Amino acid sequence: MMAPAVILLLGWMLAPLTTTLYFSFKKYLPLRGGDLGWVGFDNYVRFVTSSSFWPSVYTTLIIVGFVLAITVIFGVLLALLLDQPMWGQGIVRILVIAPFFVMPTVSGLVWKNMFMDPINGILAHLWRFFGLQPLEWLSQFSMGSIILIVSWQWLPFATLILLTAIQSLDREQLEAAEMDGANNTKRFGYIILPHLSRAITIVILIQTIFLLSIFAEIFVTTAGAFGTKTLTYLIFQRVLESQNIGLGSAGGVYAIILANIVAIFLMRIVGKSLDAKES
Amino acid sequence: MGFIELKQVTKNFGDLQVIKPLDLEIKDGEFTVFVGPSGCGKSTLLRLIAGLEDLTSGSIQIDGREASQDAPAKRGLAMVFQSYALYPHMNVYKNIAFPLKMVGMDKDAIDKKVRKAAEVLNLNDYLERKPAQLSGGQRQRVAIGRAIVREPSAFLFDEPLSNLDAALRVGMRLEISELHKRLNTTMIYVTHDQVEAMTMADRIVVMNHGVIEQVGTPLELYRNPKNLFVAGFIGSPKMNFIEGSWAQAQGAHSVGIRPEHISITAEQSEWKGVVKMAESLGSDTFLHIQDSGVAETLTVRADGEKSFNRGQEVFLKPKKESLHLFNEKGERQ
Ligand SMILES: Nc1ncnc2c1ncn2[C@@H]1O[C@H](COP(=O)(O)OP(=O)(O)O)[C@@H](O)[C@H]1O
Ligand SMILES: [Mg+2]
Repeated sequence: MMAPAVILLLGWMLAPLTTTLYFSFKKYLPLRGGDLGWVGFDNYVRFVTSSSFWPSVYTTLIIVGFVLAITVIFGVLLALLLDQPMWGQGIVRILVIAPFFVMPTVSGLVWKNMFMDPINGILAHLWRFFGLQPLEWLSQFSMGSIILIVSWQWLPFATLILLTAIQSLDREQLEAAEMDGANNTKRFGYIILPHLSRAITIVILIQTIFLLSIFAEIFVTTAGAFGTKTLTYLIFQRVLESQNIGLGSAGGVYAIILANIVAIFLMRIVGKSLDAKES
Repeated sequence: MGFIELKQVTKNFGDLQVIKPLDLEIKDGEFTVFVGPSGCGKSTLLRLIAGLEDLTSGSIQIDGREASQDAPAKRGLAMVFQSYALYPHMNVYKNIAFPLKMVGMDKDAIDKKVRKAAEVLNLNDYLERKPAQLSGGQRQRVAIGRAIVREPSAFLFDEPLSNLDAALRVGMRLEISELHKRLNTTMIYVTHDQVEAMTMADRIVVMNHGVIEQVGTPLELYRNPKNLFVAGFIGSPKMNFIEGSWAQAQGAHSVGIRPEHISITAEQSEWKGVVKMAESLGSDTFLHIQDSGVAETLTVRADGEKSFNRGQEVFLKPKKESLHLFNEKGERQ
């Protein structure tokens, strides 16, 4: 009974993978002669030895790392806050979740034109209000800006998952800890945080998968300039701007390898920290 | 020391007054049971004493010291929750050690105390296990262990046995009673089960709708219930209540009589009725009697040796000196 579904799913995943692998061993230039035959590992060698490769990996990891840290830390804080009984809880929760429903392209454009524009942006007005020179966000603080935009997008996701986790915590555990003499900080450290560890793992793993391939936010803001060229963006440039499918495909295979390394690495440390807490 | 005094304590949740003004003294070393139907405010009262709920008005004194404003941890009381509230990510050892760690005790002292408590509670072989790997009874013991190591001035239990199966319940009941004898510490125990209350308590506090109906030893409550509610709540099977002309003839609005105070006679006597059902427990048989003319059904205790058939006619004789007489307000007269 399962077989058709499994076969369909495998086909679904394997088709693009095999195509990518196939092209990565070919010299394929659609506008300059098309399929020019097999070239072995040439594309792989060229992609790694290009001067843009390591900086793009580095840029990718920096963005993913910072966004993960920011969304998890602020996600936990926001979730704690939203868990408190307060006036207008429903509306506040919807507002907090809202950014998640804005398409990445749109949010990138909104940030670029409404907030970070050095002349008409809200942030520029704010800076001038305090008598400061407005910043040129996307050129002077390009990485910071991208991290800010992407974090803003993903914070709701982290908050939502963590809030659900906090709400599933048995209140009697907190009361028991209170009677046992644990103050707020200790209750957070010894009861709430360990309870959240699984949710945090999920947030980290899911976000990593998506963050490794962020594209629209960069495309509409810096277009990969000012040191914001991620691996995904580099592949895009190779395929579309240089019209070199073979080279781009080799990059795609590297991206898959990078994603797996990062995932295994994260599973390891997150899994270890879980074990350590539970023993 | 564990002398607890409640003065004019009340608790409101919104508009609902869950605890009506209430005075109560709990003596040092006493095993006090709060008993009453579900929703009558037992847990709320216990949580007020623990400090987990704020008083709406009134005051709580512990060992003669005003404690109404103290944080829960400052009151020197330990609580065992209905859900046990063990910390799921910590093993048994760490669970028991937690309160000691929180007060900053050094590792060696903690180790000594935890091992001693584990010894007492038969948990030595399970110290490395997580709560999820324990049976209900073992979890219960860990929760008790976590309370014991703090050496509190009083223990608070909120329906601690309600998640256990019947056989374990009887065992744990004994264990808790023995623990009380050994430690001689004040214990307040909440339950809705009057059998638990009767078997464990030095003193029972019967509650209903947020008020204390009566306070007394189990036998005092059994023999001299102050009102209809206590009379009906304490004792199993329940006391029979008779109203109408027969009660008036006894000079009361309603008359209560326990099943063991009605005897079955061979000859014609005070009442006559038909056996609807006979519940045989071996030592005793409880008969449910219909058509007695005084109450819809009467429960009567009979000798377990005798056998009764459904539909059989029996003669009944109430023991006149064991009647409980109540007035229109349901108070003992
Ligand atoms: N936090 C709360 N908010 C509102 N009502 C409550 C709260 N806790 C208890 N109550 C109400 O107070 C009454 C007494 O509850 P409780 O003390 O738990 O009863 P018991 O333990 O005797 O079963 C119930 O009617 C319950 O619905
Ligand atoms: Mg309760």
